[in-house]
Amino acid sequence: MSNDLTIAEALRKRGVSRRGFLKFCAATASMMALPPGMAPVIAEALEKARRPSVIWMSFQECTGCTESLTRSHAPTVEGLIFDTISLDYHHTLQAASGTAAEAAREVAMEENYGNYILVVDGSIPMGNPGYSTIAGISNRDMLMETAAGAAAIVAVGSCAAFGGIPHANPNPTGAVSVSDLIKDKPIINVPGCPPIPVVITGVLTHFLTFGTIPELDHLGRPSTYYGKSIHDRCYRRPFYDKGLFAETFDDEGAKKGWCLYKLGCKGPTTYNACATAKWNEGTSFPIESGHPCLGCSEPDFWDAGGFYQAISTPTGDIGRTAVYAVGAGAAAGLALGALNRAKRDKLAREHEKVTIDDLEKRD
Amino acid sequence: MTTLEGGHTASCAEPGDVETGNVVPLLHQIRHAVRQLLEANEVTVIDLRSIPMGPGEEDRLAAALGQGEVQVRMSALGPSEIIETQYPGVWLVTHHNSDGETIGKFIEVCGFPALVMAQDEDIRAGLEQLEQELD
Amino acid sequence: MSENDFLLLVRGPLLTGATIIFMLGIVVRLLEILVLGRKRNLAEPRGSAVKGGLRTIVMRSIAERETLQRTAFTEVTGWIFHIGFLVTLFFYTPHILLISKVAGISWPALPTTVIDALSIVTIITLLAVLIHRIGNRVMRFLSRFQDYLVWTVTFLPVLTGYLAFHRVGLSPTMLIAIHILSVEMLMVVFPFTKLMHAFTLFMSRYYNGAIAGYRGVNS
Repeated sequence: MSNDLTIAEALRKRGVSRRGFLKFCAATASMMALPPGMAPVIAEALEKARRPSVIWMSFQECTGCTESLTRSHAPTVEGLIFDTISLDYHHTLQAASGTAAEAAREVAMEENYGNYILVVDGSIPMGNPGYSTIAGISNRDMLMETAAGAAAIVAVGSCAAFGGIPHANPNPTGAVSVSDLIKDKPIINVPGCPPIPVVITGVLTHFLTFGTIPELDHLGRPSTYYGKSIHDRCYRRPFYDKGLFAETFDDEGAKKGWCLYKLGCKGPTTYNACATAKWNEGTSFPIESGHPCLGCSEPDFWDAGGFYQAISTPTGDIGRTAVYAVGAGAAAGLALGALNRAKRDKLAREHEKVTIDDLEKRD
Repeated sequence: MTTLEGGHTASCAEPGDVETGNVVPLLHQIRHAVRQLLEANEVTVIDLRSIPMGPGEEDRLAAALGQGEVQVRMSALGPSEIIETQYPGVWLVTHHNSDGETIGKFIEVCGFPALVMAQDEDIRAGLEQLEQELD
Repeated sequence: MSENDFLLLVRGPLLTGATIIFMLGIVVRLLEILVLGRKRNLAEPRGSAVKGGLRTIVMRSIAERETLQRTAFTEVTGWIFHIGFLVTLFFYTPHILLISKVAGISWPALPTTVIDALSIVTIITLLAVLIHRIGNRVMRFLSRFQDYLVWTVTFLPVLTGYLAFHRVGLSPTMLIAIHILSVEMLMVVFPFTKLMHAFTLFMSRYYNGAIAGYRGVNS
């Protein structure tokens, strides 16, 4: 598991020509949303960078993030995972299992202590740590032990980044995110359900190429990919601005590709790269396919008031509340009105007429 | 219909196609780059993947650029196509990986994309191999 | 509390609370007026009270000539910002969506660009109204805390709505949440202030018109 080759050397060893290497760097720059002029910089960095060790832990997850990653077809990503990064531990993808796998992980941790990248997908149950275990070790224990020697942690997917679907109401397992547990290591959140494949690899590539953590926003997400909202880059934006909305999933407006705001699109409040990077390397993304954005890269998107409720609508049953309030108001109003009338009549009865004599007396 | 310089018309959008309006500005950007190439020998590379396009717009851009005299097919880490458009000096570069998926799409405004030229390192390695064959 | 939690709070329990106060308050105040009733006029009717009342509701929208000349500024700015406010409120798609979800009714919206322009006009007009209130000696003398409060809760929804649409300053989530919160402030303040004029104006105009119409004269 020794990593004394540089990444460029590793690629050359695989029989990749310099031309191929330059193509790799150009595609990598594109994938990382860097300007094409950065390709030579990447080339230079890869000439010098050593292959880091990566330990991938899957906790309370659906494996969608791993699936998404293995669908990532940016510069020979399978090559990236299996050759450039040495993936020392990934219990879904690796061949070894049981004690042999755990032993491999421990060796990787020891040999690279302080320098390996820990990638986590899935949330961690804290209600009872026994809810999710690997080889008899609870997720929480495994995370704390492995995080201690990591250079950085990448929380892949909304579950690892924010708690995800296990965290949704009523959160029966007490699921928490990685950043809820780890406070002393740099954490890069790569949320999404799942995240866009090139975003996952882009973050890993950034670390590989530059050896640093990319610029993060206030939720710990790389600004390169999560800096703009879907709404800001949506190609249907002209329809939103003109007020042309689809009312149902198959009406005329929907067929013409009008804005999906009324169908509950969370694009305005969601930050991700779906509108530009798209899915299936640039084929399409949910809105382009006619479905409103779910907001899956934001915390607690499952509980955000309903996927098909527009952002401007109330989450509670305001209609019924209003009717009850009117009813209560009617009762109160009639009661108060009656009281007012009674008071007025009483005052009218008690009203003493002033005569000219009263006035003269007062003089 | 947009009439470009030289009388070539860009293909029309079908009713129902969504236009982001990015095609014409891109063409303006290319025009500027070509001028820079002529006057200052400056190379420009535009990453097409960084520009959001609606469905069909990429095809309209390709149609607007047309085809020139040179088509290069490269096989390094998967196939790549380097095509000269109808405007000399404007190249459309598409990179694919070994599974055929697109991993990069660029417009390069230069004499010839540097990537396609034989690299020193590879020439040296090739020489070594040739010498071995002959000895 | 995260931004999303805040948005859910304003869309959820805060909105429920504001709706209760708003609805209950308006109904109570209107009923208090109506239940008190009017004194019966025992004279012979010379004309129609109802016709007079309805006519006055409409006609009193424009002040009579002398008043218009003296307070042209108030009249014109009043017209502009009322129309701007109401059109922005009732003919902008996300607002219509809200009403349709709550009350089940909806109607066609105006293009968003029109609403956008109208809201800017409304904001500028409201600012002019405030400046006039502070700058004019008589207005300043007459103004109390409630006048400024009412202006603020009317101004903030239009301003925050404009900022939310154009996504200026804060994150879109926060902007929308602040906008909804500002509307909730308006709703809560409404039944306790002169904002009730939105409903009582019909009653007082009718009453005045009815009295005059009963007597067979124009009000």
